[in-house]
Amino acid sequence: MTTVARATGTEGASNDSRAEGSIALPEKVEMKKTREGFGRALVDLGEQDPRIVVLVGDLSESTMVHYFAERFPERFIQVGIAEQNMMCVAAGLAAMGKIPFLATYGAFASCRSADQMRVTVAYSNLNVKIGGAHGGISVGPDGATHQAMEEISIVRSIPNMSIVVPCDFWETYKATLAAARHAGPVYIRFGREDVPVVTDKDTPFTLGKGEVFAEGTDLSIIACGVMVYEALRAREALAAKGISARVVDLHTPKPLDRALIERCARETGAIVTAEEHQVNGGLGGAVSEAVVQTCPVPMELVAVHDRFGQSGKPAELMDAFGLRAKDIVAAAERVMQRKRAPS
Amino acid sequence: MARARGRLAWPAEALTAKALQIRRDIITLLAKSQTGHSGGPLSSTELGTVLFFNELNIDPTDPTWPERDYWHFSIGHVTPLIYSLMAERGYFPLKDLMKFRAFDGHAQGHPSRHDTPGIEVSAGSLGQGLSVCCGVAMASRIDKHPRRVYCVMGDGEQQEGQIWEASMFAAHYKLDHLCGIIDYNRKQIDGDVQDIMGIKPLGDKWRSFNWNVIECDGHDIPALLRAFVAARGHRGRPSVILAHTVMGKGISYMADDYRWHGKPPKMDQAEVALQELGTSYAEWSARLLAN
Repeated sequence: MTTVARATGTEGASNDSRAEGSIALPEKVEMKKTREGFGRALVDLGEQDPRIVVLVGDLSESTMVHYFAERFPERFIQVGIAEQNMMCVAAGLAAMGKIPFLATYGAFASCRSADQMRVTVAYSNLNVKIGGAHGGISVGPDGATHQAMEEISIVRSIPNMSIVVPCDFWETYKATLAAARHAGPVYIRFGREDVPVVTDKDTPFTLGKGEVFAEGTDLSIIACGVMVYEALRAREALAAKGISARVVDLHTPKPLDRALIERCARETGAIVTAEEHQVNGGLGGAVSEAVVQTCPVPMELVAVHDRFGQSGKPAELMDAFGLRAKDIVAAAERVMQRKRAPS
Repeated sequence: MARARGRLAWPAEALTAKALQIRRDIITLLAKSQTGHSGGPLSSTELGTVLFFNELNIDPTDPTWPERDYWHFSIGHVTPLIYSLMAERGYFPLKDLMKFRAFDGHAQGHPSRHDTPGIEVSAGSLGQGLSVCCGVAMASRIDKHPRRVYCVMGDGEQQEGQIWEASMFAAHYKLDHLCGIIDYNRKQIDGDVQDIMGIKPLGDKWRSFNWNVIECDGHDIPALLRAFVAARGHRGRPSVILAHTVMGKGISYMADDYRWHGKPPKMDQAEVALQELGTSYAEWSARLLAN
């Protein structure tokens, strides 16, 4: 048993996995890197489609594009430490009909080459896929400069851009395949560390559609990235306290699954969002925008609260920055209070 | 004739005549719009005319013709020139020039892929075009396509760091089907380039980055033709043409004056300019609107 939850977001999905309390986290969860999913998917894409080209800014092994480089050296472009150039070289490749995937750390992909992403890639709506590795605080010892926590805010504010934040190895693999099929620029955010595998190769994945990973009636926890696992853990703890929480994997902050968010607001009446990202303009912000315009309900946002990261072990940092199941539980209890007694 | 598919390879006399028409287009559309850049379009007029009416293998009626060469103005602000070249070459009707920067036209202030047919990649933030051209050149190499790739840059633009990232990249990958053209008019918005942020010795900089550097008078059409021939014939390294020009070239009161970088002539000033170019606003705007 290596997976903890089956996606049940589609209509008519099997009832047993939707039923209250049917999801049990195993004693030992398989751990795997999301970036491995990115690297493996690129090789499979390369086999299927000769238009796939991969660019990297001197981080082949860190971003795991070295698999592609070994298999398809003629379609692999080493750009060196020049992210701005890389973004625009990818644009030129896309203009000629290629499907370029570029890979670097998220801190550089989203911030250092933001102007190139906006003016050259997005304004032209070119088919460039941006692989932002080492997202989030869990990068650990490298510290604040390398802990990308602004990608969702930056990318989703740019027209034509999509951004996907997969939760585990399999979802990163599928998000990478989906990005290649999607016409237009896509940013894929993934991490450095081994993280719990909560989906399997058959879990449904559609860019722009959230998945209900576990049902619940009192509130909805809407999460992305590694926080999906924390949300599932929180759901168990809340169940012990008599609170029934729905867990939604909202892997695509843009385009946003507004219909699912509205449904969660209407059906559960309270929402907690959870992301390993800055609170300003991130997943919580995106969900809030949808909620206030469709069905306003009490919300709490679990995220990094407007501060830079620091060096430390990933686990220490997740604890210190309030990105654990217990923090989601606390937020859920706050939101339940507000739901019961609106101020 | 100008709409024909392929490389036109016009001779110098025809190019000289076309360059005069292009200058008239530039002044007329700026006079109409009362917004936009005058100086750079006029300094780049000859190099642009040679590129579009001699050098480029393109099909204006089919902008994505698979056999086409690729051209890109990294200096997106010279749209008065870019659109004039495109219209004269047959990408769209000349009358569209009379809606330059207008809400109800396609001719955006800076070139836009989704607005103007034939603009393949939007531009406007300086320093990015050479990188785009590197990507195009790499795609062509992967496809074993004989495409040539041309990137027009500004001299002030050389201050952008990304230019040198792209320069390094092109030389590293020996992109000898890539040709840069620098409109070296020595002026930028705030004044003389050498006063604002010196770029000299520019030729030496490019040579030290392992490029083939060709220098010429950017208003001398035979010299430009020779420069493009030299670039085309060079193997193993990308080429860059340093085209020495005069900002505002062709209009007496604009020439070599940085204050004309970013503003259009008022209507009375435009009449003086068009008179110097042997026409009038009434005559030339009527020509544009009729086509």
